[in-house]
Amino acid sequence: MTGILQTENVHLYYGENEALHGFDLNFNKNEITALIGPSGCGKSTFLRCLNRMNDLRTNVTITGSFKFNGKDIYSPSIDLTELRKTIGMVFQQPNPFPFSVYDNVAYGLKLAGMKNKHKIDKIVEESLKEAAVWDEVKDSLNKSALSFSGGQQQRICIARVLAVKPKIILMDEPTSALDPISSSKIEDTLVRLKKDFTIIMVTHNMQQASRISDKTAFLLNGDLIEYDSTQKMFVNPSNKKTSDYLNGEFG
Amino acid sequence: MNDSFLKELKKLQRTYMKMGITVSDQIYQSIKSFIDNDKKLARKIVEKDTKVNDEEVDLEKESLNLIALKQPVANNFRAIISLLKASSDLERIGDHASTIARETLRLKTENRMPDVNDAISQMSLKIRGMLESSLDAYVHEDEQAARLIAEEDLLIDKKFVLAKDIIIKDIEKDTNKIELVSSYLMVVRLLERIGDHIVNLSEWIVYNSTGKIVELNPGKIEPDLIAEEIKKDIK
Repeated sequence: MTGILQTENVHLYYGENEALHGFDLNFNKNEITALIGPSGCGKSTFLRCLNRMNDLRTNVTITGSFKFNGKDIYSPSIDLTELRKTIGMVFQQPNPFPFSVYDNVAYGLKLAGMKNKHKIDKIVEESLKEAAVWDEVKDSLNKSALSFSGGQQQRICIARVLAVKPKIILMDEPTSALDPISSSKIEDTLVRLKKDFTIIMVTHNMQQASRISDKTAFLLNGDLIEYDSTQKMFVNPSNKKTSDYLNGEFG
Repeated sequence: MNDSFLKELKKLQRTYMKMGITVSDQIYQSIKSFIDNDKKLARKIVEKDTKVNDEEVDLEKESLNLIALKQPVANNFRAIISLLKASSDLERIGDHASTIARETLRLKTENRMPDVNDAISQMSLKIRGMLESSLDAYVHEDEQAARLIAEEDLLIDKKFVLAKDIIIKDIEKDTNKIELVSSYLMVVRLLERIGDHIVNLSEWIVYNSTGKIVELNPGKIEPDLIAEEIKKDIK
């Protein structure tokens, strides 16, 4: 397994408040890594550091090193738009733009200056196919993305991320707003996607983490408690806090 | 879910312990019925075994429900899996005891082989000691104790080989005894098998503690060990 993203000694402060207490996490290429932990443990905060989504928040200080393929993503020379294309994000609530399905998926391409209609058509189709939603939307590409079901919207959002050919896809509870059938379609999609992409996912659904992830990281109160193969974590974790959390024995 | 899961688990573990004690008693009674040619006792054991089987099926059902509904992971997952697997070994031990009792019922002759009787009562005493220690180790999640119990199976294997030798020598002297001899061979073989199942119980205790699937049967790890043990005795 080759590493693709290395983080080291990550600290994050909201004002005086330290939310992440300094840990290292390395991610391998073509793997799905699940970040788990109770609400407020810092997993989403950490995920947002990985494509600099916290930049927009005032009063946030981040220290430590974040290296994507060896390059510091917090270096001043980094083009943020380019970074977020390379490290894309899918959110908890499906958030398609109020445009047609086609325009949603083509958005990033047009933004990047692509003009060749033929090429855009092709990428839109490919991306929707990769996101396993093509069959359901192919006859309504001009219909508003908002007119589709939540599960379909989420897969359209995944297609939108895929269209710009990212290397890493960050996902913040991508199925928590969806019914089990839509969730399961998205899980299947993710497992298929990992041969071309690297996926880092925050999830509150332990079964989801155990079903589809290769590695699991357990965070608690801003500390990394344990990080290992998902199989090890769910069968025989080293830390008692991990097994207590997984079995819902906290408190 | 946690509290209710642990409560259910504790309940199943108690059932397992009760089953274990019943099974140990079954071994004692079945060997006694065989040695004393006590057909009445044998019949009672066979009937009682159905109860153990039913208990095991209930335990299985409950465990599967717990897995499906509570979806335990990590230590809780290992606890329920080891319980499920160990209880089926326990049930097999009960079956073997019951088969010994059936042999008592089947055997027409009242004759017995006193030398071998001694050997099998010793074997059964040892086995029951191992089984009861195993129940202890299970309750205390004592991996070390479980490993030691498994090692003791070597002694059972040795006793089995020696008893078999006595039986075979006997048949060479008197070929009229074929039915009796085949019964005895079966009984010692079943006792030896019970020893193996007790080793399996140890393996599940180790799995529960460590998450590792291990082979602890000394006779399987090193088949020559049994012969070496016997040689040591002869010297």
